[in-house]
Amino acid sequence: MRWAALGAVAVLLALPVVPGLLPSYAVTVFTFTFFYAYLAQAWNVLGGYAGQLSAGHAAFVGVGAYTSAMLALEAGLSPWLGMFVGGALAAGLGAVIGFLGFRFGLRGFYFVLLTVAFAEVCRIVALNTEAVGGALGLYITFTGNPAQFQFRDARAYYYVALGFMLAGTALAALMERRRFGIYLAAIREDEGAAEAAGVPTFRYKLLAMVVSSFLTGVGGTFYAFYLFSLQPNSVFGIPLSVEIIVRTVVGGGGTVLGPVVGSFILSPLAELSRFYFAEAGWSGAHLVVYGVLLVVVVLFFPQGAVPGLRRLAGRRAG
Amino acid sequence: MAGGGRPAEVRLPEAGALIDATLIGQGLLNGVLFGGVYSLMAVGLTLIFGVMRVINFAHGDMMVWGMYLAWLLATRLGLDPYLSFVLCAGALFALGVLVQRGLVDPIVDAPHEMQILLMLGVALVLENSALLAFGPEPQRVRSSLALATLWLGPLFIDVARLVTFLVAALLAGALSLFLFRTDLGRAMRAAADNIDGARIIGVDVRRVYMAAFGIGAACVGAAGALTSPFLPFTPALGLSASVTSFNIVIIGGMGSLPGAFVGGLLVSVAESLGAVFLSSSLKELVSFSLLILILLLRPAGLFGRRLA
Repeated sequence: MRWAALGAVAVLLALPVVPGLLPSYAVTVFTFTFFYAYLAQAWNVLGGYAGQLSAGHAAFVGVGAYTSAMLALEAGLSPWLGMFVGGALAAGLGAVIGFLGFRFGLRGFYFVLLTVAFAEVCRIVALNTEAVGGALGLYITFTGNPAQFQFRDARAYYYVALGFMLAGTALAALMERRRFGIYLAAIREDEGAAEAAGVPTFRYKLLAMVVSSFLTGVGGTFYAFYLFSLQPNSVFGIPLSVEIIVRTVVGGGGTVLGPVVGSFILSPLAELSRFYFAEAGWSGAHLVVYGVLLVVVVLFFPQGAVPGLRRLAGRRAG
Repeated sequence: MAGGGRPAEVRLPEAGALIDATLIGQGLLNGVLFGGVYSLMAVGLTLIFGVMRVINFAHGDMMVWGMYLAWLLATRLGLDPYLSFVLCAGALFALGVLVQRGLVDPIVDAPHEMQILLMLGVALVLENSALLAFGPEPQRVRSSLALATLWLGPLFIDVARLVTFLVAALLAGALSLFLFRTDLGRAMRAAADNIDGARIIGVDVRRVYMAAFGIGAACVGAAGALTSPFLPFTPALGLSASVTSFNIVIIGGMGSLPGAFVGGLLVSVAESLGAVFLSSSLKELVSFSLLILILLLRPAGLFGRRLA
């Protein structure tokens, strides 16, 4: 365990130095890796710790992204502020979904479907609302102004994404040992028992939903201002939700490092295969790999990579 | 975005004049005819759920594989999809049995979340292997029936859709006969009703599970082959087909066969009328709104007796 901690510190110290040493393509891969780790971390609060599977988190990315982009385009508000407006709106949507879902006692598959249905409604509404660009989406003109969340140097995005990931992970670590995290784990393990033991399950599930959707919505701003364009089908689509879920589950849901490890396993794989396979005309290959990994993880490592690694490390030490 | 070329602005003033009885009648008719396919998809999904309490997230992707098989059989062997749907159903039956035996069986008693994630993995593999094999261009299967139309007063009927509806209804009928009149069918209903009770009276549960998954996949495979002449398909269609199937079984009641059948017709008619009154890109909004309402007000569905 001490070696693992030392390794983590070494990696952490190396990450800020890395972009100076790497080709620009690798910087992009790392940027995506950090960003997806952050989104997975946000999903982890609800899906990992509280055990409430949402397959509609793309809705929160989309609401956050569209909000800050529209505020920047129409009102000239800096995305550094718009980011929190977007997060707040996403949290509002999350509160509505959570309130309805949990109040009406939807669990498992029924909750999954409720989240999918809301995300799809968002996608269809965005597709059909001319005011936010309809099917064409929104395009953000590049000014290179850091106050507008735009940077001429790709390495700046690397640092911003790294900051997102570290902040999300620190938050998860803070949360895990406190009442909030412990209550959520109790709800995940046995909701009836948690309720009987006096955990206000409804309130805590709702809180997990609000925190998770807020963090995801804040991440939407990075999505918008890193990619410079928003299309309803990609930013609100189910595939984006799946990308987030797969990373958390493969890394280990309900653990602090799971989403980060999951993203470090899958994001480079996805980016590189998108790059190389697409050139060879195999555009679905990385998703086949995802699917196989998901099946393998569920069947053989149902708790994900992090608990598995921890067990391995423990065996070596003992 | 200016969006100047979009027809929405032009369409609105005319829409009032266009929506008349004929148009609504045509919408109803189209909805009912397409509803047969929706029913068949949903019957397959609800059978798997009813017997095993497992949601087949790969349902729509299995349908897409049924479509591509029909396409292969048509382009390579010249088989009409109205004949080859039997072969497609058979192939999907085998796939369903394999998925059940190899993947679902080891975790059939695990928490539902695990099964959901597992089937999500299967869905990703099926969708994207279709993308690798066939590419993203939309395909359509040629059928000898494709261009024939009948006129029913002012309404027209696409013969291909009519045949698809009849075959789908026939298959759903045959399935219910099978469930009520054969030993294996009765065993499946017993397992759906009370798995422990079924075990005690000597039902071979593993065999029942395999049959249920196989038949469920065969239904949706047949549905795919039967729609391939008039519904252009891409690998990405699987996801929306899955979501539509989920909508229907929730609306009808998870695990209820009559619910799936009626739900299929209902959703199809609702979407079809939605396309008449709203724009066609908004028609999905109708079924999702319906889904959210049902989830909140009557999560057991129209025909469901209890919540899982």
